[in-house]
Amino acid sequence: MITLTVNGTQHELTLEPDTPLLWALRDEVGLTGTKFGCGIAQCGACTVHINGVAMRSCSVPIASLQGASVTTIEGLSPDAKHPVQQAWIAEDVPQCGYCQSGQIMATAAFLKTHPAPTDAEIDANITNICRCGTYERLRRAIHRAADMMKA
Amino acid sequence: MDGNDFAPALTRRHFIVTAVTAAGGLALGIGMAPRLAQAAAVTAQPWDEGGYDPHEIDAWIAIDPDDSVLIRYQRSEMGQGSMTALPMIISEELQCDWSKVRVEYASPNRNIRENKVYGDMFSNGSRSVRASRQKMQQVGASARERLIAAAAARWNVPAPECTAASSVVTHAGSGRTLRYGELAADAAKITLASEPAIKTPDKFTFIGKPMPRIDVPPKVDGSAKFGIDAQLPDMVFAAIVACPVAGGTLKSVDESPVAGAPGVLKVVRLPDAVAVVATGSYWRAKQALAKLQPEWDVGPAGDIDSAQLSSAFRAALDGPAQTARNSGDVDKAMQGAAKTFEAIYETPYLSHSPMEPMNATVHLQPDRLDVWFGTQDALEATEKAAHWSGLKPEQVFVHNAFLGGGFGRRDASDEVEQAIAIAKAVQRPVKLIWTREEDTRHDKFRPHALVRFKAGVGSDGVPTAWSMRVVTSSILASAKITFPGLKGPEPMATAGLSNNGYNVPNTRVDVVLKNTHLPVWFWRAPGANQHVFAIESFLDEIAAAGGHDPYQLRRKLLAGRPDWLKVLDTAAEKGDWGKPLAPGRGRGIAICEDTDSLCAQVAEVTVSPRGQVKVDRVTVAIDTRYVVNPLTIAEQMEGGLIYGLSAALYGKLTIRNGAVVEGNFDTYRMVRLAQAPKIDVHLVPGGGEKWGGAGEPSTPPIGGAVANAIFAATGKRVRSLPIMDHDLSSGSA
Repeated sequence: MITLTVNGTQHELTLEPDTPLLWALRDEVGLTGTKFGCGIAQCGACTVHINGVAMRSCSVPIASLQGASVTTIEGLSPDAKHPVQQAWIAEDVPQCGYCQSGQIMATAAFLKTHPAPTDAEIDANITNICRCGTYERLRRAIHRAADMMKA
Repeated sequence: MDGNDFAPALTRRHFIVTAVTAAGGLALGIGMAPRLAQAAAVTAQPWDEGGYDPHEIDAWIAIDPDDSVLIRYQRSEMGQGSMTALPMIISEELQCDWSKVRVEYASPNRNIRENKVYGDMFSNGSRSVRASRQKMQQVGASARERLIAAAAARWNVPAPECTAASSVVTHAGSGRTLRYGELAADAAKITLASEPAIKTPDKFTFIGKPMPRIDVPPKVDGSAKFGIDAQLPDMVFAAIVACPVAGGTLKSVDESPVAGAPGVLKVVRLPDAVAVVATGSYWRAKQALAKLQPEWDVGPAGDIDSAQLSSAFRAALDGPAQTARNSGDVDKAMQGAAKTFEAIYETPYLSHSPMEPMNATVHLQPDRLDVWFGTQDALEATEKAAHWSGLKPEQVFVHNAFLGGGFGRRDASDEVEQAIAIAKAVQRPVKLIWTREEDTRHDKFRPHALVRFKAGVGSDGVPTAWSMRVVTSSILASAKITFPGLKGPEPMATAGLSNNGYNVPNTRVDVVLKNTHLPVWFWRAPGANQHVFAIESFLDEIAAAGGHDPYQLRRKLLAGRPDWLKVLDTAAEKGDWGKPLAPGRGRGIAICEDTDSLCAQVAEVTVSPRGQVKVDRVTVAIDTRYVVNPLTIAEQMEGGLIYGLSAALYGKLTIRNGAVVEGNFDTYRMVRLAQAPKIDVHLVPGGGEKWGGAGEPSTPPIGGAVANAIFAATGKRVRSLPIMDHDLSSGSA
């Protein structure tokens, strides 16, 4: 039995230890905001924070997470008012929206280590795939969120 | 296909007296606080139970006592923004307060039971707005007039003395007012003697304003529900693998490797696939499936590879053809030409690869079927699901969700057919999810295509004749559908070629349809997405050979077509056409007509000495004729272009032993943020008779614009896609 904390609530997981965190979150914890896109850590749709670090949850077995603290898109902020979420709304970023939980979680973690990111730093660190091609607005929203967090 | 022939007559629906709740509904435990504070909002979740509301004025509109307006949306939201645009059109006529509008999906089941009150429900061909806008205007205008009539009756004054604005009816003479919420119940009982006229576009006051999309807030906090997010009591999970070769069948599968595997409930054999069903988690099903080694009868296509397919398409170039366009006398004009050119362009099979892999959740009961998934056509999906389940359409409830990308893929419901078959086998609610590999390899693909061009130019280097001969596969045959009244070859086969805007007096477009074992389908801007790359590149070849500037040669050939010229000139001017660039950099231009819109793009690229291509900047000019939501159109230009750019730079499916080789995003590469160009969009709506689409027209030009920019930078001509397969190095690396 793996015990971990998800969005501040403790959960005891009954799934096999090799189960990726993605499927434990979606199928056992019941949080579906974290998405399945590729299963091989390529696309980033499943990005969550594990002990504050952005990770692609499709490739993290729960066996490695005993006692860990996980934050998903549902727990990023209590009222969906995290600066990244506000910036996403202000720039009207999502189209289909399927990848955006991952994009937002990747960005929220990235801005903690890069509070004033350059475009090159964004390119090197935000590598999630968006098939709708929202990159133009996504880049603007990252800069906007950085500005909001500075203010 | 034309979205403008919709008859504006609206079937009058009378008030539904009691809210009918369909029996046997499933508790989903899904909820979200309505977001009514600042803007229109999407309701809790798309999958309502039966599609009824006690405060309905008609099937489309319900107004609560607190003035909040519920608008039903009969199309599918896959990111293109029509869930915002269609309610905007209704609101324009309804004169309601946009901040009080909520939107939910119209129920396809209700549509069936109530004589198609919502009409067709498809979202394809960039038609959501243009095929619906007159009807949406009529829906809004009718409700407005009935609210006015209700107020006039209350005050005992003639209705023409009353006006409606911001969800309030006012009597001009007395200054009395009543809110919509106070009038809705009366309005619901009123039948108008005749339908009111709808506004002409010059009278629009709300349509045309940039409005944030109503589906964005639930898409930033994880609350938006996609098909894959359906959760049902007692639900089990299914993973599936189909015969690697399309058309093949399952011979046998040994179940012993999954005996005792955690949670495994059943191995289900389908005619062409194997599924494993497990309790507790999809992961269990997927892991167990990976242990199986099914034996397939791959059939006669089992030894086909990409090189053979390419050769077969080339061999078919001189086969029997259908003529899509023939003006002047190409053969005669060629004989008199000062110089002739010939080139063949080739584009490969592609998968759609939406971010949300195919999936469907079904609950099959003896007298009722519920299906949760994202579909581009909830009505057709309902009818198909009825057929596959053996139930009547009115017993089938398709709960459409937000679509995690569509691009034409979510239009076949093949995943539902599989899920129903699995549900029959396990007798429990089941969620079927395809792996990414399954999604790539068992797509219904963008066809492979060849275009052979021949052109004759005069001594001035300007073409006087050109012919284009296409070899591609029939999407209509693959999809088993017909276009009523279609004359000549299917339009997708020559899209972008037969409707090119250039005034070349002798033009001929022929197509040879060559079908293979691989199913083909509508892929964002069908046909045009590959043929515009070809024609716009070939025209650049002509320009280069004759010493013409590519932009100026296009201007010359578009003389007398002011709408095309305006789009072309806007892209060229805003894209800094003609301004100097450093060595290794280049600009390319391309233009097309698609879904009755015109789109031109100027791409600016850098090609490194080692031959690496970076698209730095793209300038887009778009004429959709009319604009409902300029914000959404700009977004569609940006996104459609990126979709086309992934295809142009990287997109290729390799066929080996009849099967698709590429499976996941490590081998089937996509543009990411680092490869995304800076994009500027310029809207130049030209008005006129037709309304143009927005979801597709920015996909076709990008390949040609980039390939032409590469030529400008390197002198190397790209005649096949993807670009990554070409050596563009300058030899100094």
